[in-house]
Amino acid sequence: MCVKKRILDLTIISKRWLNDEFFVFDLTSVEKLPEMLPGQFVQVLVSNSHSTFLRRPLSIHERDYEKNSLSFLIQIVGNGTRALSKLKEGDTINTILPLGNAYTIPDNDGRYLLIGGGCGVAPLLFLAHTMNKKGIRPDIIIGGRSKEHVLRSADYKKYGNLHITTEDGSLGEKGFVIHHSLLWKENNHYDRIYTCGPEAMMKAVAKYARKKQTSCEVSLENLMACGIGACLVCVVKTREGNKRACIDGPVFNVDELTWQI
Amino acid sequence: MADLSVHIKDLLLKNPVLTASGTFGYGEEYADFMPLEALGGMVVKGTTGLHREGNDYPRMAETPSGMLNAVGLQNNGVDYFCNTIYPRIKTVDTHIFVNVSGSTIEEYIEVAEKINTLEKIPGIELNISCPNVKEGGMAFGTSCTSAEAVIKAVRKAYNKLLIVKLSPNVTDIAEFARIAEAQGAEAVSLVNTFLGMAIDAESQQALLSTITGGLSGPAIKPIALRMVWQCYKAVNIPVIGMGGIMNAVDAIEFLLAGSAAVQIGTANFIDPRVTLKVIQGIEEYLDRKNIPSVKELTGSLKENR
Repeated sequence: MCVKKRILDLTIISKRWLNDEFFVFDLTSVEKLPEMLPGQFVQVLVSNSHSTFLRRPLSIHERDYEKNSLSFLIQIVGNGTRALSKLKEGDTINTILPLGNAYTIPDNDGRYLLIGGGCGVAPLLFLAHTMNKKGIRPDIIIGGRSKEHVLRSADYKKYGNLHITTEDGSLGEKGFVIHHSLLWKENNHYDRIYTCGPEAMMKAVAKYARKKQTSCEVSLENLMACGIGACLVCVVKTREGNKRACIDGPVFNVDELTWQI
Repeated sequence: MADLSVHIKDLLLKNPVLTASGTFGYGEEYADFMPLEALGGMVVKGTTGLHREGNDYPRMAETPSGMLNAVGLQNNGVDYFCNTIYPRIKTVDTHIFVNVSGSTIEEYIEVAEKINTLEKIPGIELNISCPNVKEGGMAFGTSCTSAEAVIKAVRKAYNKLLIVKLSPNVTDIAEFARIAEAQGAEAVSLVNTFLGMAIDAESQQALLSTITGGLSGPAIKPIALRMVWQCYKAVNIPVIGMGGIMNAVDAIEFLLAGSAAVQIGTANFIDPRVTLKVIQGIEEYLDRKNIPSVKELTGSLKENR
């Protein structure tokens, strides 16, 4: 990926609450936005917060080239994201983009699975959309605590065969995404599995993929300061030593990592 | 237009703004955002004798108006720098300084000797102040006798510009500036990070894998400013000031307190173009005040009200 990184002010053109802790921003720029890839992220300045200091890394949730827009799916987890949630349509956000590597986009019409939970589903929508443009319709499993926490299911349905789990059983199958019956059907095989979400969930998915001898790509959410490869705080242990989640990632093939799975 | 150039001994910098070690990589990470040649200089990442993996994750905690880091001098070692990185960056038209680190005096000497052979590196910054390594680092910079010994040894091994980066984790930082001057350093730079700590009350755990780490950012600026002023009073060699500079006004305050040049660190993480804005802001300030040269600002604090 050699698209030049830029600092850009984006304007919020739409803000939608998905439930009481998740919301979506659609943003545009007066300038033409650069090419972006699924799995890449943006460093967002939270200028309306006095209690935070650093930028916040956010996954690219959607990218609409016709509208010259991109979207973020944001969960309120702390003071930074809470401050972002106070912003309104018409407000601007200073960003650095596009950052990081990307999920591998397959060319062939194989069988692919996208599996995510919580806010980890954010980059998977952009990924599913991109695959769909290539004529691929992946299987998608998304999960949440309850039906209110299953995010954007109608949109995922447009791009793939959607399956849902909830911890309380209020929608789809009861349990975690890794328990979905689709995964445990005999002879079910994928060419690659893509995942993003809490580390415990990704490790469970990675373990499944290894058992099935399937390639698996995970997107890591390590704490970052700069996001552009300079500060060395977001390091990930890999078989080739420490790598930076911001530049060498955030997407890694599980086989690169030293996870005990 | 005001003259922005400054001297560190005989070395002419086009302006007084440098990037601080560990916050600007090798400059390449910032090349998309700004012309590196606009800088007065770059102090590149701390370099040790051998490859170092650094500390375990998590290495960073955001704190009020600042951050703690515990990177622990992750780098590929001096030979990798000389053979792989130096050829890539040596053509950048700014002064590149290498931050020299080590666990033993022998390691400091080895790194300094190897950097001494690099034609396009006019100076080193001797790091006796890293708070994030178990051996060496700050241990050298917080004891007068160790500081004296390591500066003396490196001075012998290195014949270009020697800047000593001081630790603020001492009772009297001016004492260390005097030691650096007495041992033949051409300049001192200060401050490195303050040893600090952050705890998550919910999990009852430290936020850093190393428990303690180095505090940087605007939170430390008033203390850094005081230390720069104390060192300026104590020595005749140039003082390169740093600690929480976020904009041109902050930089000007450091110049007034006695800095001949400044370094910008943590602010690069938030705005990759901050150094350009600081250079421009200093120039505008000088023009507005009809001050012909930035050199006149150094130490020009009005002490009588």
